[in-house]
Amino acid sequence: MECPKCRGHMRTFDRNGIHIDQCDNCKGIFLDYGELESLTRMETQWAQQQYAPPPPAHGGPAWGAPHGGHGGHYGHHGHRNRSWVGMLFSS
Amino acid sequence: MLREDAASATLVDELVRLAPGNGPVTVLKDTRVLVVRVGDVVVKAYPPGTSERDLRRRLDAAHGLPGVMLAPLGPAERAEHAGGRLVTIWPAGEALSPDDLADGTMPQDAWESGARLLARLHASPPPSGMPPAGGPGRLVRAMAELGQVGDSPETRQIREAYRTLAEPLHAADLRTADRHSDGRPSADVRATEHPATEHRATEHPATEHPGVEHPTAEHPTAEHRERHAVDRRTAPSHGSRVALTHGDWHLGQLVRHEGAWLLIDPDDLGVGDPAWDLARPAAWFAAGLLDPESWHTFLSAYAGAGGTAVSADDPWRELDLPARALTVQLAATATVTAMRAGSALDDVAAALVSSCGRIVAAAGDRRQGEG
Repeated sequence: MECPKCRGHMRTFDRNGIHIDQCDNCKGIFLDYGELESLTRMETQWAQQQYAPPPPAHGGPAWGAPHGGHGGHYGHHGHRNRSWVGMLFSS
Repeated sequence: MLREDAASATLVDELVRLAPGNGPVTVLKDTRVLVVRVGDVVVKAYPPGTSERDLRRRLDAAHGLPGVMLAPLGPAERAEHAGGRLVTIWPAGEALSPDDLADGTMPQDAWESGARLLARLHASPPPSGMPPAGGPGRLVRAMAELGQVGDSPETRQIREAYRTLAEPLHAADLRTADRHSDGRPSADVRATEHPATEHRATEHPATEHPGVEHPTAEHPTAEHRERHAVDRRTAPSHGSRVALTHGDWHLGQLVRHEGAWLLIDPDDLGVGDPAWDLARPAAWFAAGLLDPESWHTFLSAYAGAGGTAVSADDPWRELDLPARALTVQLAATATVTAMRAGSALDDVAAALVSSCGRIVAAAGDRRQGEG
């Protein structure tokens, strides 16, 4: 096959079910119909695996307070201490 | 007050006399109950009006749960009396106390031990004739107290959150109660069991329970009626989640006795939805008070020990309602304490009242989503 741009020789690669033709001369790449979509889909899947936060271990209710970040100061430090510890131990 | 103090001192003397041994005397608690430690036993006097029959059943049950609950000394049939009040005698365990947290660390071991004990308790078959668990009754008492301290933005918010407890349950209960097995609405059942209340209960569930809005000492039946209503709407509608439950679990209900952690205090032990025993830590977590790590430790230990109160994939399916109930109860109790002391709400109380606000908002969103 001949490169449609520079008339160089196209070499064929098969990677993960995708058929790619690359020009030895100008390094240009030619994709068959639907292969750009396949690549996009694969990239999305990879990105989800890499960047998606892990699901919270046990979730929370719709009315739950935000945990972590600036809201995440828990009761066992500072002036909240006495009242909070009392609550842990009483009816 | 002086007369009450004197009466309390006399009762302490009587409890000390009932103790089988001698030793240093410490008053551990003087609220609705009076708890006195004498040497290596603990003597407890119950509030006047405590049902002796229910208490005996609960003590019997505690005797039948070795390794799970601390058992009283002596046979359950021998309930003592002092000053007209029922009295029980217990071995003194080594209690987990706020001092254990003085260094600022959370007792992860205690969370895990508590969770495992609750899982074992929930797996134990309830003895026959067991009374209902006391959790819902505590909520009703807290709301009755709130009704006596006057009106404020906080008390209104708590009462509004309380009303959300009725909504999904009433809708669900009415749907199941009012249908034939083939799913067809039953006019007969509706007419006899829910006389003309269906419409009202769905739109304004709280109007069905006037006792909570204006509880007074002159109307003791108000609490009774409301308690019954709460029992009815908080009772699990699907029978599989009825179990023997503690009814008042928190970290103060753990003691180490002869080298093992045990649950103490069967006062509210009974048959109920076991998710209520997890609801207090759940409410703390949802209020942003309990750190996620401790909460997940607790829940994972419960599931790991075979606990069945909540589903593994979505524990909040079962926890949402009882956790809202406990949020309301804790917010009410904290607000009553602050108002009676004439002080502002502290951070913990404010966090619980905020939680009530979010409960109300979420219920509004839910209604909009349905409408």
